[in-house]
Amino acid sequence: MRLDTLPRVDGERALHLLRDYGVYVGVTLIVLFNIAFTPHFLSLENFRTQAVQVAPVLIVALGMALVIATGGIDLSVGSVMALSAAVISLYLGYGPIVAVLIAIVVGALAGTINGVLVAFFGIQAIIATLAMMIGGRGLALVLLPQLDGIRSPGLRALGSGSFLGVPYLVWIAALLVVLVAFLVRRTVFGRRLVAVGGNRRAAELSGLPVRRVLLGVYALCGALAAVAGVLVTARLQAADPNSVGVLIELSAITAVVVGGTPLTGGRVRIAGTVAGAVLMQLLVATLIKHDLPPSWTQMAQTAVIIAAVYLARDRGRT
Amino acid sequence: MITTSKEAPTASIPWRDLAQRHGALLVLLLVVAVAGMTLDGFLTLGNLNRVLVSASFLAIIALGMTFVIITGGIDLSVGTVFALGGVLAAWASQYGSLALLALPLVVCGLIGLLNGVLIARAGLAPFIVTLATMLGAWGLMLSVSDEGNTTYLVPEGLVLAPLVHGRLFDVLGYSFLLVVAVYVVGGLVLRRTTAGQHVYAVGGDERTAALMGVPVARTKMAVYTLSGLCAGAAGALNAVWLGSGVTIFGIGIELQAISAVVIGGTLLTGGYGFVAGTLAGVLLLGVIQNIINAVGTLTSAFQEVVSGLFLIAVVLVQSRLSGGGRGGP
Repeated sequence: MRLDTLPRVDGERALHLLRDYGVYVGVTLIVLFNIAFTPHFLSLENFRTQAVQVAPVLIVALGMALVIATGGIDLSVGSVMALSAAVISLYLGYGPIVAVLIAIVVGALAGTINGVLVAFFGIQAIIATLAMMIGGRGLALVLLPQLDGIRSPGLRALGSGSFLGVPYLVWIAALLVVLVAFLVRRTVFGRRLVAVGGNRRAAELSGLPVRRVLLGVYALCGALAAVAGVLVTARLQAADPNSVGVLIELSAITAVVVGGTPLTGGRVRIAGTVAGAVLMQLLVATLIKHDLPPSWTQMAQTAVIIAAVYLARDRGRT
Repeated sequence: MITTSKEAPTASIPWRDLAQRHGALLVLLLVVAVAGMTLDGFLTLGNLNRVLVSASFLAIIALGMTFVIITGGIDLSVGTVFALGGVLAAWASQYGSLALLALPLVVCGLIGLLNGVLIARAGLAPFIVTLATMLGAWGLMLSVSDEGNTTYLVPEGLVLAPLVHGRLFDVLGYSFLLVVAVYVVGGLVLRRTTAGQHVYAVGGDERTAALMGVPVARTKMAVYTLSGLCAGAAGALNAVWLGSGVTIFGIGIELQAISAVVIGGTLLTGGYGFVAGTLAGVLLLGVIQNIINAVGTLTSAFQEVVSGLFLIAVVLVQSRLSGGGRGGP
């Protein structure tokens, strides 16, 4: 019996290790590959470019990780980004700070609507956020029908300026990573959201305010998406509700899943999510640098997503 | 969570069943009546025919989606598979009508089968698998169309062209007649065949279905393959209709298809639904779009806001009618 089961268990352990730490191995491999084969990879300029490009996806992925930890999903993040871009352009007359704050509040509001539908009306997360995805992008386009250039110097500085040689965008993303990691590890709210994802019924029976936790998580995800929308708008120096955040939900979900957070909830890995976002960014950048067409990048991403979900799947069975 | 029970409306509460079954049709008739009274030129044969024909491509996609959703799954890949089907059809049209139909059907059917295998055999969540293949199909479409820079044209004088463009007695477009035909077949398969009963059984309770001897994995693979085939066929017909394989079409059409299915009374939780409702849902969306275009002062973005609100309203009403929806993903 023991002889029979031993290798199986080892295989299982290897699989778990691969799931939990595979993303770091992936990042290491792709970095080594680039050092060896990509010219100018190890330049400061390149690191800055990669970091600036990954920042919005990473911020969206943080919110997504929290939602996925509760066993839900948020497909509306891209539309919330568009909404925030539209709102900024509309309220820029009151100064950049007010406009940014209103944009974030609107994002949180959109997330709250998702949360109410999921937590209080028992609607499946996919459908509630799908409706927000359709309606949110539509509303953004009603508010701001076409691309609008941003001339506010403050917002432009946010998009292109840097502090100690590191762009503001990267500082903000790093700060948010630390905050979310703290939230998950050290606060009651963080513990509760993981508990809700682990076993909603048990969480309810042990007296956790399940609905309030869900509401908070979706609102937070909306607010983070709005922040990403602000940053993208600042970097583009234009509010473009038509194309901002299109398909970003897929990149964010991929980053979370590749980072070892199971889609079934009950577990969240913030460091893994960061590594997942970096891995996907480097994968795309590497393929582009080596002159492979964009169509290849999409097919490669498809393969990575399916592989990551496949590795993570056995957790869902237990 | 309001309640945890997941019961399809039962015959003991007839009005509920009626609302669930024919709600979309009733709203459709109401909207058409109101629009007919208030808008000039709405109730003309030309306009109604335009609504029906432009709804036909979505209708074909939504038929496959209905099967998938009844099994309790979802297929997000149909939008880009639809675009891929169109581009492949346009490329293959140089070899004649048969190739135009065969190539997209084979490729899109295979993508559907891949979805089905990953979902049924590997046990992955349907939405993430189909989200991934949505990206993959797009990539494939880009690589076929030279990164979206080449638009293949469908040559004039194909055998198929008059069938898509033509009208019966100069009134009703053939493409809508085709839609009616496939819906009749789809409805018969779902209601009157063992395979159709398997689809309901899998959606009702997968475990029970497996214990009863229903081939769960095979049924799932079949519905996702069907969904891919439907999306590919719709893409091919759309290419003939437009005369070219347009690369940007179809992004987001999966959302419309899902909305139409849900509006049509099919439960997202699976195990309950019907194709006639889906057709009513598709037509309802088409009529709303037509009205928004006719009013003119409203942009097409407004349509998306209405669609989003409408979807939520329908899901809320449904979860009341069927005694509470289920939470979770």
